[in-house]
Amino acid sequence: MTMDGSTTMQDGQDGYVTADGRKIGGVIMEMKNITLRFGGVVAIKDISFDIREGEIRAIIGPNGAGKSSMLNVISGFYHPQEGEMIYKGSRRPPMKPYEVARQGIARTFQNIALFEGMTVLDNVMTGRLNYMKTNLAQQAMWWGKAQKEEVANREVAERIIDFLEIQSIRKTPVSRLPYGLKKRVELARALAAEPSILLLDEPMAGMNVEEKEDMSRFILDVNDEFGTTIALIEHDMGVVMDLSDRVVVMDYGKKIGDGTPDEVRSNQDVIDAYLGVAHD
Amino acid sequence: MAPTSQDAGGFPSIPALLDRNAQAFAGKTAYREKEFGIWQSWTWAEAREEIEALALGLIDLGVQKGDFIAIIGSNRPHLYWVVPAANMIGAVPVPVYQDSAAEEMAYVLDHCGARFVMAEDQEQVDKVLDVQDRLPQFEQMIYLDPRGMRKYDHAKLHEFSKVQATGRSKAEALRPELEARKAAITPADTCVMLYTSGTTGKPKGVVLSNRNIIETSKNSSEFDKLNPGDEVLAYLPMAWVGDFIFSIGQAYWTGFCVNCPESEDTLNSDLREIGPTYYFAPPRVFEGQLTTVMIRMEDSTRMKKWLFRTFMAHARKVGGAILDGKPVGAWDRFKYWLGGIFVYGPLKNALGFSRVRVGYTAGEAIGPEIFDFYRSLGINLKQLYGQTEASVFIAQQPDGEVRSDTVGVASPGVELKIGDNGEVYYRSPGVFEYYYKNEESTASTKDAEGWVATGDAGIIEPDTGHLRIIDRAKDVGKMADGSLFAPKFVENKLKFYPNILEAVVFGNGRSECTAFINIDLAAVGNWAERNNIAYSSYQELAGHPKVMATVQEHVEEVNRSVAEDEMLSGCQVHRFVILHKELDADDGEMTRTRKVRRRTIEEKYHDLLTALYDGSKAVSTRTEVTYEDGRKGYISATLEVREAKTVPAGAPKQVAAE
Repeated sequence: MTMDGSTTMQDGQDGYVTADGRKIGGVIMEMKNITLRFGGVVAIKDISFDIREGEIRAIIGPNGAGKSSMLNVISGFYHPQEGEMIYKGSRRPPMKPYEVARQGIARTFQNIALFEGMTVLDNVMTGRLNYMKTNLAQQAMWWGKAQKEEVANREVAERIIDFLEIQSIRKTPVSRLPYGLKKRVELARALAAEPSILLLDEPMAGMNVEEKEDMSRFILDVNDEFGTTIALIEHDMGVVMDLSDRVVVMDYGKKIGDGTPDEVRSNQDVIDAYLGVAHD
Repeated sequence: MAPTSQDAGGFPSIPALLDRNAQAFAGKTAYREKEFGIWQSWTWAEAREEIEALALGLIDLGVQKGDFIAIIGSNRPHLYWVVPAANMIGAVPVPVYQDSAAEEMAYVLDHCGARFVMAEDQEQVDKVLDVQDRLPQFEQMIYLDPRGMRKYDHAKLHEFSKVQATGRSKAEALRPELEARKAAITPADTCVMLYTSGTTGKPKGVVLSNRNIIETSKNSSEFDKLNPGDEVLAYLPMAWVGDFIFSIGQAYWTGFCVNCPESEDTLNSDLREIGPTYYFAPPRVFEGQLTTVMIRMEDSTRMKKWLFRTFMAHARKVGGAILDGKPVGAWDRFKYWLGGIFVYGPLKNALGFSRVRVGYTAGEAIGPEIFDFYRSLGINLKQLYGQTEASVFIAQQPDGEVRSDTVGVASPGVELKIGDNGEVYYRSPGVFEYYYKNEESTASTKDAEGWVATGDAGIIEPDTGHLRIIDRAKDVGKMADGSLFAPKFVENKLKFYPNILEAVVFGNGRSECTAFINIDLAAVGNWAERNNIAYSSYQELAGHPKVMATVQEHVEEVNRSVAEDEMLSGCQVHRFVILHKELDADDGEMTRTRKVRRRTIEEKYHDLLTALYDGSKAVSTRTEVTYEDGRKGYISATLEVREAKTVPAGAPKQVAAE
């Protein structure tokens, strides 16, 4: 429910309405008491939070807080030793990343992981892999079903290319693109999978102000236009506070805050974590 | 005698031509647009269906006869359809430059009192909504691209496809109204209103009737033998009269196909894919392409460089002659054919000009080298002289009579005369009806007999009938000895050198001409880099002795060329300085469209001007500059005054070189 520009949380599956009038649905992904250890190092300590359908959810925290580990847990790269994940109402067993992807969770990487030698279009098309049902032989023949399938997938890819305004580099090999554009191509590839949850690992890292503005606009547009649920990790506090509906704050593997940007901003633990206080 | 006009073959309006095309060329492609990576197309029959659906939808929205509909957006078939749709229901389309700021847009929208606005996307919608408080007559807006529009208040907003859908669903009820309005269109009705860019004062709304547009399209299409198989690429602003004539007037008259690029950034590849047969571009586009070709050749292999040099030299020798159908020896023809295989063909293909049958350039003078380069490749590039007020065509070059120094002969149906002050006047079926809500300007531009003043000074060559444009009439003056002073004539010659970006020539009422010169930082900087000349700023590079020497050579060459012209030989540049800063629109020295403001420059740099005439060898100056963010600063410099050799012309009155 909207109240003087702030957002009020409600328990249960009903969701809420954001300040700008977007309807946020029920919980799509719930993390319950997640703990992740690497040998003796505890990367994530007993963290619980949820992601709701249609919202932009940010995970922030200082360096080494465990944000990327968290994202890797969601995308199936890491398997937590304790805790459970409830995805779309049912408990998710330990899975390989490609199985997670098939379930509708797509991601981008902090250090761009595109196929450098391939064109932008081909890279985006790889995002459609889960929608291709024909086998290698059929695709090699490129006839009948395989052709129809590719046309349909190409259309989705082209709509995303149009949406992200990268038409002019459609046929350009990715290796020739500047950093900011590569980031956009990576977003395009993740979107091509038509994900239920889109995970963005530091989408603004290394960008200048203009590129950040562009990327922010695209993230908002994606959320608005396709209703995609977005979970993102970001360093840039200004960007996070403007973009997200709800923010989880982590420090030293622990959750120290969770709420709307305004709530988080006034949280003493969060201020301490960012400004630095003596740790015991 | 006022220009008479018959109803061009019985077609009183654009919608009438649309009906004919939908019958005669029903299955032929009328529009293409690249969208989602492939060319989407509409045949003439499909286009008519779309246009009628839109027209019906507009009637349903409440568009009345005589209403103005502003069109704001880039070249897209849907936006082009608004023109015939508006015509059909008696409304007047007003294309607006889509890159104009909200402020300028507010002026135009308010001036024409548009009740309806057709906007391409969110960006344009936002601009109009920003200024809507100042538009008392504005009522409804239709947008084409629904992206990002969902959250907007739709009380006065409508999506294009929904307007069409309404039109289709209510077709039965609304069709009688549509047919009645269509039947009522006469050749004298307004076809379109286009705003002049307004270099001086506020933009003026030029009202062009159906007769203007259709007669002009007919004449000009016949002049160049345009046919239904032609292809054009629509990429210049819709608000510009040229695009209106090419992409609507001529397209409907001849039934050729209009291709819309995917976006501004993909223009070059779209151009290559379409390979237009009829093409228009302002000189700067041709200049830019030539520069790109030359830079790429510099970086290519030795063998390729040699091929390029050898065959381009041959093309310069015989290419133009072959294009004009003049006699050329068999061996030269063979060599040219060979060059076509190795160089010209691939080059034309890379530029997207493989199929160009008729190409035009206009708007500004084009450098002879650039012009000849394209012609020597076998591209039939021609010059054209026109104005919004004339529905474009005033003079153009017929095939086989193409020269870089004239703009051709009077276009078909156009009468030309030169006024007592040297100004060019014309009269034609394309002459505009009037300036909207501006009787004063109408009266001062167009006289009772229908002659229109162009504002340009020119001469008609007695033996060939070719028109030569010398300068803006108000800039033309007299030297102290009474000979003609035409600064732009000389400035253009100077600017054709890649090293010279701008030149301002002075001499009105004086005995000798002098010039301020701006070097082109890109070109000269590149040269400096290759010759290991280090520089830290524009100012330092501009003052480098070698740069000065090069510019001096250019000036002297120009003097020699100016001397050949009997009437203008007095305009040779005797002394010049290279300015220590670039002339800039932020400092008010140029207009936003990069035209120099003489008066401002004369006042601002009066100390330099004095030095040019009092025999100083050098002059110190301090100039205020405005930075992009509005802050001001000063730069000081000591500039060297250079003397340039002049050529004594035949006339004894000429002062010899010092």
